[in-house]
Amino acid sequence: MIRVQTDDFDVAQILAGMRQNNPKIGAMVCFVGLVRDMNDSAEVTSLTLEHYPEMTEKSLHGIVSQAKQRWDILDAVVIHRVGTLQPTDQIVLVAITSAHRQAAFSACEFVMDYLKTQAPFWKKETNSQGARWVEAKASDDEAQVRWTQ
Amino acid sequence: MQIKVLYFARIKEAVNYSSEDVVLPEEVETITALKYWLSKRGEVWANLFNGQLVVRAAINHNLVDDLAAIEDGDEVAFFPPVTGG
Repeated sequence: MIRVQTDDFDVAQILAGMRQNNPKIGAMVCFVGLVRDMNDSAEVTSLTLEHYPEMTEKSLHGIVSQAKQRWDILDAVVIHRVGTLQPTDQIVLVAITSAHRQAAFSACEFVMDYLKTQAPFWKKETNSQGARWVEAKASDDEAQVRWTQ
Repeated sequence: MQIKVLYFARIKEAVNYSSEDVVLPEEVETITALKYWLSKRGEVWANLFNGQLVVRAAINHNLVDDLAAIEDGDEVAFFPPVTGG
């Protein structure tokens, strides 16, 4: 399941749904990304996420299908929020199920690393001094490239 | 050929609109050529597309590199490096 939405999501409910009636699942790994109050400058008061709607879901589906080709995983859920969020809000969920833990750990990290460098989302943060676009990080590019080496 | 061009994030803010239909001269056949052609529109465009800024491109919703060929009817999007997650 892949969703891009403004609404918040309930991680426990999603994980419960994934394992329900699925006795083949032996491992479940999930990552939740949150809005932090500090970035490069002054304290962030809000974060607005813009995206390219026609491309976003296609991009996320592509990333998940690469993960499915690479590891023996059973299911994947990606939920990414857009719109205006506050510090401590949930931004993104990646949840992976598999028979054994290693595939789920690796696939979860792979999906996040690709999402951060390829899915068309852009963050703009607001603080007391105004609003500014968040700069992409070289460390995110490096995290993605290691999967290709 | 005629294409649709979309702009996102800080690029959209700089050009002040999000999409346009563009008729391209014959020699504009790649993303590199389109960036160069757009950079001739004036100072704002030159600052965005003269190669100083990293500007990523997508054709028909797929990320592409600057050597990618553009075809009639394509939807081309320009945006800064992505920062989701």
